[in-house]
Amino acid sequence: MSKELQLSDPLQKVIDALTDEFFDKIIEIYQSSGDTFVRFEADATLDLCKYLRDEQGFVYLCDIFGIDRYTNEERFEVVYNLVSLRDRTRLFLKIRCEEENPKVDSVYSLWPSANWFEREVYDMFGIRFRNHPDHRRIYMPEDYKYFPLRKEFPLLGIPGSIELPSTTPDPD
Amino acid sequence: MGEGYLTTKLDTITNWARANAAWPMPMGLACCAIEMMAFAGPRYDVSRFGSEVFRFSPRQSDVMIVAGWCSYKMSHAIRRIWDQMPDPKWCIAMGACASTGGMHRCYGVVQGVDNFLPVDAYISGCPPRPDAVIHALMKIQDKIKTEHSVLLDT
Repeated sequence: MSKELQLSDPLQKVIDALTDEFFDKIIEIYQSSGDTFVRFEADATLDLCKYLRDEQGFVYLCDIFGIDRYTNEERFEVVYNLVSLRDRTRLFLKIRCEEENPKVDSVYSLWPSANWFEREVYDMFGIRFRNHPDHRRIYMPEDYKYFPLRKEFPLLGIPGSIELPSTTPDPD
Repeated sequence: MGEGYLTTKLDTITNWARANAAWPMPMGLACCAIEMMAFAGPRYDVSRFGSEVFRFSPRQSDVMIVAGWCSYKMSHAIRRIWDQMPDPKWCIAMGACASTGGMHRCYGVVQGVDNFLPVDAYISGCPPRPDAVIHALMKIQDKIKTEHSVLLDT
């Protein structure tokens, strides 16, 4: 599976161990622009992340972001940017979810930094996270009805959906 | 003036005083604020025009300089500060973002602060040079000098 990859020695060890441990869950491993991506079944998120954190030294969750692929099946993608301080390497994990009621597991229990990242992904794409401790929007108003980074959302937003201040000041 | 005297109109002398002491309310939101600081600093020296007193209190200022892109969230704070400034007051939209939204053509940024503020002078540039801010200030001074303040106020 990982024969054609150009990996550094520490990362090669991580990938080999990962494919041994989760051979039935991993869908693809590929490289792009010098980064390594592992895509796997969404139901293995917590097990696989826990394994990477505890056994492979990926103690630092750098970022989580969403992707709107705008496809009919498995429209949304969630990407985890992990850093191993032990090996000084970076690894990207990807899972996909459906357009209808997109929901994935929260990794807050493994990396507390996931709290705000997952809130941002929810805010921008509407992907929900199971067992998130504080599942609110992070940037947009709490009663906002749209998810701005979805492809069907217009560039300039929905006119009038966010309130501007009144231009007639209160006489008091 | 010695033994002499001068005659003038109340409007003229009020406007002369107002035009040469237009204290700015710095509303620095982004990189334009750096140029706004240069505008106040010794090289461009806006104290030549009587506007060196940057008051960080709306109650003591006359000209609000909105410098930078303004998000919908920030717009409420800006309008609130504007409403606290005593009349007469003027507003400069500094730079492309404050004037039109500029390169921030997206859902979260107000496409020009004139959507909720009465802007008197717009400055082009990204960011504008401090000279351009001085130019806008001089335009506002010209505007102040043409106003009929006493007659309208009473």
